[in-house]
Amino acid sequence: MSEVLVLIDHVAGSVRKPTFELLTIAKRLGSPSAVFIGSPEHVEGVVEQVREYGADKLYPIDDAGLRDYLVAPKAEALQQLAAGRDVAAILLPSSAENKEIAGRLAVKLQSGLITDAVDVAADGTTTQSVFAGGYSVTARVTKGTPIITVKPNSAAPEASPGSGIIEHVDVTISEGAKTAVVEKREPRQSTGRPELTEAAIVVSGGRGTNGDFAEVERLADALGAAVGASRAAVDSGWIPYAFQVGQTGKTVSPRLYVANGISGAIQHRAGMQTSKTIVAVNKDAEAPIFAIADFGVVGDLDTVLPALTAEVARRKG
Amino acid sequence: MNIVVCVKHVPDAGADRRFEADHTVDRVDVDGLLSELDEYAVEQALRIKESRDGDDAVVIALTVGPEQAVDAVRKALQMGADKAVHVLDDAVAGSDAIATSLVLAKAVEKLGPVDLVVGGLASTDAGMSVLPSMLAERLGLPQLTGASSVEASGGALRIERDTDTATEVVSATLPLVLSVTDRSGEARYPSFKGIMAAKKKPLDTWSLADIGVEADQVGLSAAWSTVTETVARPPRTAGEIVTDEDGSGAAALAEFLTAEKFI
Ligand SMILES: Cc1cc2nc3c(=O)[nH]c(=O)nc-3n(C[C@H](O)[C@H](O)[C@H](O)COP(=O)(O)OP(=O)(O)OC[C@H]3O[C@@H](n4cnc5c(N)ncnc54)[C@H](O)[C@@H]3O)c2cc1C
Ligand SMILES: Nc1ncnc2c1ncn2[C@@H]1O[C@H](COP(=O)(O)O)[C@@H](O)[C@H]1O
Repeated sequence: MSEVLVLIDHVAGSVRKPTFELLTIAKRLGSPSAVFIGSPEHVEGVVEQVREYGADKLYPIDDAGLRDYLVAPKAEALQQLAAGRDVAAILLPSSAENKEIAGRLAVKLQSGLITDAVDVAADGTTTQSVFAGGYSVTARVTKGTPIITVKPNSAAPEASPGSGIIEHVDVTISEGAKTAVVEKREPRQSTGRPELTEAAIVVSGGRGTNGDFAEVERLADALGAAVGASRAAVDSGWIPYAFQVGQTGKTVSPRLYVANGISGAIQHRAGMQTSKTIVAVNKDAEAPIFAIADFGVVGDLDTVLPALTAEVARRKG
Repeated sequence: MNIVVCVKHVPDAGADRRFEADHTVDRVDVDGLLSELDEYAVEQALRIKESRDGDDAVVIALTVGPEQAVDAVRKALQMGADKAVHVLDDAVAGSDAIATSLVLAKAVEKLGPVDLVVGGLASTDAGMSVLPSMLAERLGLPQLTGASSVEASGGALRIERDTDTATEVVSATLPLVLSVTDRSGEARYPSFKGIMAAKKKPLDTWSLADIGVEADQVGLSAAWSTVTETVARPPRTAGEIVTDEDGSGAAALAEFLTAEKFI
């Protein structure tokens, strides 16, 4: 059976959920081979994690000669890995960096590329959500080895153990790939809340919070949700950019999205419009967010949110 | 110093965007404009030029697209770019990102030697965010992508960028490919003077033959992926909207969340 390469998304060897989703999808297309670009000390831990979700192989690539440079070395490593192997497809979690790796890889392998798939069928047909969720597009790669980046929440991870055989590979990185040098890397602090793009529930705040995200955070915690924000809130410095939802922030597609003090500009909607259920709290009855909300409260979030949080806590007992 | 800024003409996100029967984006019947995110690329190109005292830096706006795509480079000229190139050829229609990157790379080579190629974070229609890295690959240049801030010093650039898990500072020496986000600095509006001056600036139209690309390397039939279906989603409709009075809003919302099994 052909191999399907899955690039592992991890933080210091701790594999993130989208990888398990991709392994589940990879099983539809062939035999999943996980690719771990990271430190050798994490290989044992990583193989345990990916085997459980179906990885038949794990290719560890020591990132010592790669991590201080921007994307180009990773694309070279994947190219060398794919060369000479019977590869049915290459799947990468859809992050900004992975899309760039995929772009370079597509040129190198002379292969078609599809980004931001929300589903991949057994025959390689992908589904994408485009024009801010306005259209659903199905597509297929017709040349080379399909390279597909897949959005978080595109499949429910299925535990179904694979063989998990570790196969070491040597890659040589050219000097030309080492020209964009990472001088400093400051890891983002964990909030202890669910990851924004992976969360089942997202509670967001906008300019209407007036700078105080405490009530938004309390409601999020009561619901077990991730916290999000509009660009206005991020630009005002009330919350880091990592929490921005929208065209130039994260795209989220949770089961429930709660927008508080957010008007619903098109650039914001572009990042949350495909949420299953949308709820809005806004004191302006004319706010465009209400046009796409399944349930809306016209009211002041300073009074509605504390009452709602208390009520949620009471109902959850 | 030659700075090329890649700008795309896209259908207006505020209009009713749609697809043609062959599943390509309708770029004719829907009003278009310079992709909003590429304004930031033009802005950074101009700022880098302006930071080079006495250096005769030139900013060249480059677009690949149909007839009306010329409006994208015109806007860049109005903002302050010095010249513009529009690659216009019927054979380009329906190109995928791979083919577009080939056309852009060949055009950049023809403009060469180029010190800096600047692009936006993503086009607001396709939104793949891959063109700049593909260009870097094709041109064999370093890439500094997704910059939230840019600092030019001598023959080098240093950027700050946010990844999913970290904030990074990355640097490289020219020539290189840069892409910038909407956080890199507000884009300027064209002034009246800028609009008048733009009319006299050189604007070249190149065909594929001009840049040495064969017609069968690009376009819909040469694409390495094919769209099989485009389906409009039914627009979302408003649900129940209640007005809060003395806590009734929170109570009603809690009721809704319970009924939908979120609580
Ligand atoms: C190139 C570009 C990219 C962009 N990308 C993004 C993006 O990725 N994400 C994004 O979000 N935006 C983005 N924007 C910005 C977008 O256009 C809007 O400006 C932004 O989303 C507005 O944020 P907001 O809704 O919080 O603020 P506003 O539009 O000011 O709305 C605030 C809302 O809060 C309500 N309100 C005020 N006080 C209260 C209160 N006490 N109780 C209840 N409600 C209250 C008001 O009625 C109002 O509706 C982008 C813009 C551009 C040009
Ligand atoms: N047809 C085009 N002409 C000129 N530049 C383009 C074109 N398509 C994409 N670009 C550039 O590449 C960037 C990323 O585009 P994309 O990969 O399509 O999201 C854009 O912000 C532009 O700077």
